[in-house]
Amino acid sequence: MPTFHEYVEKHGTVPEWPYPIRYDQESEISADVLIIGGGVAGCHAAISAARQGAKVVIAETGHVKRSGSGGAGVDHWHGACKNPCSKVTPLDYTQAVMESANGFSNGIARYITCSEGWDTLLECEEMGVQIRDVQDEFKDAIFRDDETKLMFGYDYKSRHVLRVWGGNLKQCLFYEMKRLEVEMYNRTVVTSLLTEGGKPGGRVVGATGVNMRTGEFYVFKAKATIVASGGAGRLFSFAPELTAAASMSTMNSAGTGHAIGFDAGAEFVLMEQTGPGRLAGFGYAPYSMGNAHNTFHGAPIVDVNGKEVPWVDPQGRELQTIDERFLPVPGNKFQLGAGIGLYHYNDEYRSPDLARDLPERIRKGEFQLPLYTDLTRLSEMERRCIFGMMVGNEGKTRTAIYATLTKAGFDPDKDMWQAPVMVPEGYTHANFWGGVPLPHLRGLAGGGFLVDWDLRTSLEGLYAAGTSPVFGAGCHGESHTMGRYAARKASAYAKSSAEPAIDRKQVEAAKAQAYRHIKPSKHSVGWKELNYAIARVMQDYCGRFKSEHTLKRGLSLLHELRENEASTAYAANPHELGRLLECFSLFTVGEMVMHASLARKCSSMYLDFFRLDHPQLDPPEWAKHLPMRRTNGKVQFRELPLDFHLKAPYASTYEENYQRHAR
Amino acid sequence: MSMKIYMTPNAPTPNKGQHIDDVLCNGCNACVEVCPTDVFMPNPQREKPPIILYPEECWFCGACIEECGENALSMAHPLSQNISVNWVRKDTGAYYRLGMKNPPPPNRRPPSGGGRA
Repeated sequence: MPTFHEYVEKHGTVPEWPYPIRYDQESEISADVLIIGGGVAGCHAAISAARQGAKVVIAETGHVKRSGSGGAGVDHWHGACKNPCSKVTPLDYTQAVMESANGFSNGIARYITCSEGWDTLLECEEMGVQIRDVQDEFKDAIFRDDETKLMFGYDYKSRHVLRVWGGNLKQCLFYEMKRLEVEMYNRTVVTSLLTEGGKPGGRVVGATGVNMRTGEFYVFKAKATIVASGGAGRLFSFAPELTAAASMSTMNSAGTGHAIGFDAGAEFVLMEQTGPGRLAGFGYAPYSMGNAHNTFHGAPIVDVNGKEVPWVDPQGRELQTIDERFLPVPGNKFQLGAGIGLYHYNDEYRSPDLARDLPERIRKGEFQLPLYTDLTRLSEMERRCIFGMMVGNEGKTRTAIYATLTKAGFDPDKDMWQAPVMVPEGYTHANFWGGVPLPHLRGLAGGGFLVDWDLRTSLEGLYAAGTSPVFGAGCHGESHTMGRYAARKASAYAKSSAEPAIDRKQVEAAKAQAYRHIKPSKHSVGWKELNYAIARVMQDYCGRFKSEHTLKRGLSLLHELRENEASTAYAANPHELGRLLECFSLFTVGEMVMHASLARKCSSMYLDFFRLDHPQLDPPEWAKHLPMRRTNGKVQFRELPLDFHLKAPYASTYEENYQRHAR
Repeated sequence: MSMKIYMTPNAPTPNKGQHIDDVLCNGCNACVEVCPTDVFMPNPQREKPPIILYPEECWFCGACIEECGENALSMAHPLSQNISVNWVRKDTGAYYRLGMKNPPPPNRRPPSGGGRA
């Protein structure tokens, strides 16, 4: 079982790089539809475009069979409003999200995903994903419909969230892509978008990329391109030696799609919205410890003496029974559910939660640490569903938690599972394994490409899909559904569009950028040291509390880093080169967040955005989008109403727009 | 005592990410093929276990473990996480933790849907 060190000690030599080195060698690949990012959005887009008859190429940093935030599996699917049991309509759901976010979300993405998320899930079922309790393991459970055998999450009355056995979902997509002869370029770090005539703002005609194993250069030429990349987990929270498994996003999460889109002149909104960096908690593996959040919604929490922490309704009233945790409170509409990219819920859509004054009650001695999740207090069905089904299928828990703990002897029928021991503030949120929230660690939240009802970006030929690249979107199911939808539109565009022409100068510039790092200079740093420095600037100058002076200083520090230390950074092999090129995406995304933060001269509860120099919370005159793009090196802003998607040139209702654009 | 000592940098942390059983591993490199972050490199010697080159990039997603046809891989969570994961048996009050010296017998119950535990 050799590590590098063990190998060296055994053989007395350093192993040679195992792959052929092809620095500077170039291949051109043509497609009708090019997809950048092979997570669930990109793979579902590939399948959808291939079914439209398009020649599809997909470029992915990892390997499409397993990679992406949703690549390791999924346990529940939000917004399946058209499933036969749902009592929530696409309009109900979309309005609930838009009202809760005070307009700072994406009505287009939400309505599309609620309208065809169920169909998308049915496609997954056809590909081999189990979405029903076909073995009747949960017969008669209150969260199951005995006719359809569908299983519900969060709100057992409203039934728009489905629990699914999605552990093998990514493999199912992968085999379907193979069957449809999608060309897959794994281990490819995409470095730029190519535009007609090489001009930013022009029609997108492809992309460039570098292979992380061989260093080979790819020129992708495409009639239409879909960006389906991930977030930028490494932007604020970079400490692999410390965090390792503790993040919900992989090392590949470098904001590549955002960066190449911005460089190509596309418009973005909500980049100023960053969220608490809890999911990148320093140290505890996701869901590895006692908690009562998301997958564990409704789980009983007890203190060391067995005293149970009460659950409360959205109005703060104590609930008397366990069943009430899974129902809308009388008078409220429905539970929207967690993990859908919302940072504020209106009470009528909020889920019950642990007593909100828990930290204070711990401090006063009412509850003594450590706390535990006591699944034995749930019904056998509920316990089996949470641990045996959801933890056993969700990506970050399937092997890391379910298999590991089960092998280590943990038995949810007999054992109480300890929560982290931390300062009382750590128990403010039921997601205990996220640890104490650290105000300087943020993550991209709502920021992404501004899209229209075709999920087209502001650039001709460029579409966006997935919860990271599309602004204001939320969850796993949405990523699939947007991929499926955007690919229909991109394929239709590809059919009617002219043959793309690649600008040679643009390709040469991208190549020169990439290969300047393969020779060391006297003061070269490597990608990790550079990434730490980028994260430092983001943490210090763009944390939870921001101001004009510090943001401007942060921008100039990023600029200095990029022009000096980064320009001479060294990569010893193609893997390091890939990671280093991703750091250049981080620079761009960091600049985008800072520019957008400077432009919004107010604070906002809905955006979790606080300006020390503009403390006024959500003044009505700032209830607007500030679309941002870069032209001739200058970042420019304009204003856009939050409900632009229901104003001219669009129709005034969601359904009318959907009907006009969906096919 | 004579032993050869080499100049090596400190090992990255976590040190491993995975345990690979070199008896079970047939060097097929299926794990190398799929790992989302390219943690492993093929061993220069054919049919030998891959080299864990970038353990600090491991996401602990389990792709390598699920992909292995020989059941040769298991997860090696960072020690800081093993020491954090604790549980108590309700009826006996006994404490357990991940990675403890004398662990209780494995719970053999497969996940719902019959997936691999």
